Amino acid sequence: MKAVQLNRRDFLKYSGFGASGLLLGCATAKTNMLASTLQGATAVDTSPETLNLFVSIGSDNRIHLINHRSEMGQGSKTGITQIIADELDVDWQNIEVIQGLGNYDYGSQNTDGSTSIRSFYSKMREMGASAKRMLESAAAQFWQVDLAQVEAKNQVVINKVTGKQLTYGDLAELAAKQPVPDVKLLTLKNESDFKFIGKPVAAVDLDDIVTGNTVFGIDHEMPGLLTAVIVRCPVIHGKVKSLDDSAARKIPGVVDVIQMPETTLPVVFNPLNGVAVLATNTWAAMKGREALKIEWDLGKNQDYNSKDALAMMAETVKKPTKVIGKKGDVDAGFAKAKTVIEASYSVPFEVHAPMEPPMSTAMVTGDSCEIWASSQNPQAIMKHTANLLGTTEDKIKVHVTLLGGAFGRKAKADYSLEAAFLSKASGKPVKVVWTREDDIQSGYFHAGSAQYMKAGLDDNGGIISWLQRVSYPSIFSTFSPKDKGIQGFELGMGYGDLPFEMENYQAEASSARAAVRIGWMRSVCNIQQAFALHSFVDELAHSQNISTPKFLKAIYGADRKINPKEEYNFKYFNYNEPLKKHAIEISRYQAVLDKLTQEVNFDEKLPAGQGWGIAIHRSFVSYVGVATKVEVTNGQLKVLDVHCAIDCGTVINPDRVTSQMEGAMIFGLSLALMGKVDIENGAVVQSNFHDYQVLRMSQTPNIHVHLIPNGNYPGGVGEPGVPPLAPSLANAVFAATGERYRTLPLNKYLSV
Amino acid sequence: MPMIQLNINDKNYEVDAPEDMPILWVLRDLLNKKGTKFGCGKGLCGSCTVHLNGEPIRSCVTPVGIAKNSKIKTIEGVDETGAHPIQIAWKENNVPQCGYCQSGQIMSALSLLESNPKPSDDDITNAMQGNICRCGTYPRIKQAIKDASKAMESKS
Ligand code: FES
Ligand code: FES
Repeated sequence: MKAVQLNRRDFLKYSGFGASGLLLGCATAKTNMLASTLQGATAVDTSPETLNLFVSIGSDNRIHLINHRSEMGQGSKTGITQIIADELDVDWQNIEVIQGLGNYDYGSQNTDGSTSIRSFYSKMREMGASAKRMLESAAAQFWQVDLAQVEAKNQVVINKVTGKQLTYGDLAELAAKQPVPDVKLLTLKNESDFKFIGKPVAAVDLDDIVTGNTVFGIDHEMPGLLTAVIVRCPVIHGKVKSLDDSAARKIPGVVDVIQMPETTLPVVFNPLNGVAVLATNTWAAMKGREALKIEWDLGKNQDYNSKDALAMMAETVKKPTKVIGKKGDVDAGFAKAKTVIEASYSVPFEVHAPMEPPMSTAMVTGDSCEIWASSQNPQAIMKHTANLLGTTEDKIKVHVTLLGGAFGRKAKADYSLEAAFLSKASGKPVKVVWTREDDIQSGYFHAGSAQYMKAGLDDNGGIISWLQRVSYPSIFSTFSPKDKGIQGFELGMGYGDLPFEMENYQAEASSARAAVRIGWMRSVCNIQQAFALHSFVDELAHSQNISTPKFLKAIYGADRKINPKEEYNFKYFNYNEPLKKHAIEISRYQAVLDKLTQEVNFDEKLPAGQGWGIAIHRSFVSYVGVATKVEVTNGQLKVLDVHCAIDCGTVINPDRVTSQMEGAMIFGLSLALMGKVDIENGAVVQSNFHDYQVLRMSQTPNIHVHLIPNGNYPGGVGEPGVPPLAPSLANAVFAATGERYRTLPLNKYLSV
Repeated sequence: MPMIQLNINDKNYEVDAPEDMPILWVLRDLLNKKGTKFGCGKGLCGSCTVHLNGEPIRSCVTPVGIAKNSKIKTIEGVDETGAHPIQIAWKENNVPQCGYCQSGQIMSALSLLESNPKPSDDDITNAMQGNICRCGTYPRIKQAIKDASKAMESKS
């Protein structure tokens, strides 16, 4: 069998990569791009030969693999490498992982929505297998034998007849000249032959992290670099009225003071208005900022108070509003019901607070710009910086550093645009450093929300009728000058996609005014919608004197797949996956429930003041159940144990999935126990970790993670652990105390 | 401005810095030692933890003037090869997620084990309470400290 010779256009046609923007870059213009990526990332010149966009091999037998996704602790860098390396069949020690520049040829690099593995699993396998096939072709050519006579394994190609061997390094040059194989002719490994996929491979940056050798956004250095610290108008769309920078300019190290441009409407990722102090070091820039005297014109948003806004949302959801999903006739259902229960919930504004605040360096030269950023989305930086500078995207070169956490914050390109603006204005390379205060006060906030739920139950506790209403400012407000209402993708996160059997259903939604930048934070609208949903389910179970696990089992009902369009006339985005590939499957909810009931005895008689709570939620096409045990004594809430069961389909790295679940439990606890951003007179009140508190070690419970492995397509991992935590916790507090808390965070009611 | 003499990881340095500049920025911006991280600038998160004469301090709020004639130890001075029992325990437990807080975590853990080789759970929690990990690696940090404690005990 000989590999079919394909020209590039044929290849694209056959591979389908053209449609997704992914391209095997053998012997094309892409090679140059790749070479420059490699140069930027490795000091030693091993002259690696480029086999495709993701795989290059040096004559020294080093394997250079591109990771095109951002690494922020979720483990994609390791996971992507595992997938390519497995199909390529190489030794792990020989791999150099190179961070890809911003480049559309890779496909989407937006490391957001828990997509790295689920969107790229198949394509990365093909990349590895394709390069392996090229190595085999090269060996066959070298030995002048049929392709069938050679086999690549463990980084050597063997002649099966003579037993001769050539290493990948020996073959690299010849392999790079081979035609790119037709993807349909590639044989992918059998699962049983995987050597990295499904294994707890250690994170690729582990050695550097424990020796302090990592480069995050804040760590980028270059000759002549200035550091900028910016004071941004505390109220969005406000601006500088007058500025006295004389004291600031006197501080040793301060080089320049530059006014930022007026904030655009919509704000998108454009810089906020304010004043930047540029200095030769961070401390001088910070001191310079403190010394600025600024009078602000705070603008129209200075009347905004989150307390009033949340009260208004709570009013809004009491009355009928826009229907976004419907089945049967809810009024008729309620009329028939034996019991009718209603409740209202609220979750405040939240902010990401990644350990490393946003950081970006830019160097503008002529109409080009080079950027180094701890960014989840280099392509967004390319697009929006090009706009800002009035140039084209091919002139913007973006290096992605390691990210010191992100949680959605660093998917926004604003801080790179600030750096680009300041570099252009100053003529110098500029690193924009966000302080913690900046991060907490000028972020892209998770929107505060209110939700109303009403259910009618029959004699057997079955749901006859279900009415729900929700209100919050939409993420779309950041991107559109007009309020276009809450968007389908927001409502598709645990609101329009319910998995329960119910005769009649109606869902309504009404957006609210946005007076801060609204963004997406780890698990997005699932946060509030899962909190209301699973708290309410628990309330219904208690109303029927049935344990919540039993009640859940009953309302999941018959094993089936749910199509929200057919069931509720709700156009469901399914996290941009086809329902055929990633269905909403009752059996998978049930499996998570079964796992938790095996691990936890929910009927166990507990000492007074203790209780278990449970919530199971599907998001980012994965299913996560959380059982939380708490103890409440004298108004003090202590979280004792958390069990988390996850079905995310095929698991690439069980250890990183486990660590993401641990992290998600802790992230969920932070927001459920203490997370709250207040806005007064248009400005954020909190400023640092003393008043925007996040979980510390003493508050951390025992966490037990249970993976439910199966052969389904990989689902998301980074986000889906978060949503079920808060409701499971509030449900546990109810079980422990009989008090139902419907507004987060819980430190409003109890010491935590 | 007079030059400030510093001893960092057993090497002597001379820096031209105002005395009120926090050690964090002297290390990072003037001496290009980037292992010590900035997380809050207010002594609230522990990312910037280094040792001053063996004691853990928050370098973001400690002016460099204080460090004259003292010994500073940073993450780069623990063991460049990553062979310290704490680093090994960190690796064996796959502790880090994003890694950003971990320099500070390791420096706090090191100081705990130096003063208290066999810490109880409460000792660990107390010593690590000032170090935030937003990614949520606390359970693994705790385990790694226990493992390192055991390893150091059998070594000594
Ligand atoms: S940066 Fe020093 S304690 Fe947070
Ligand atoms: S590992 Fe990311 S903050 Fe700790």
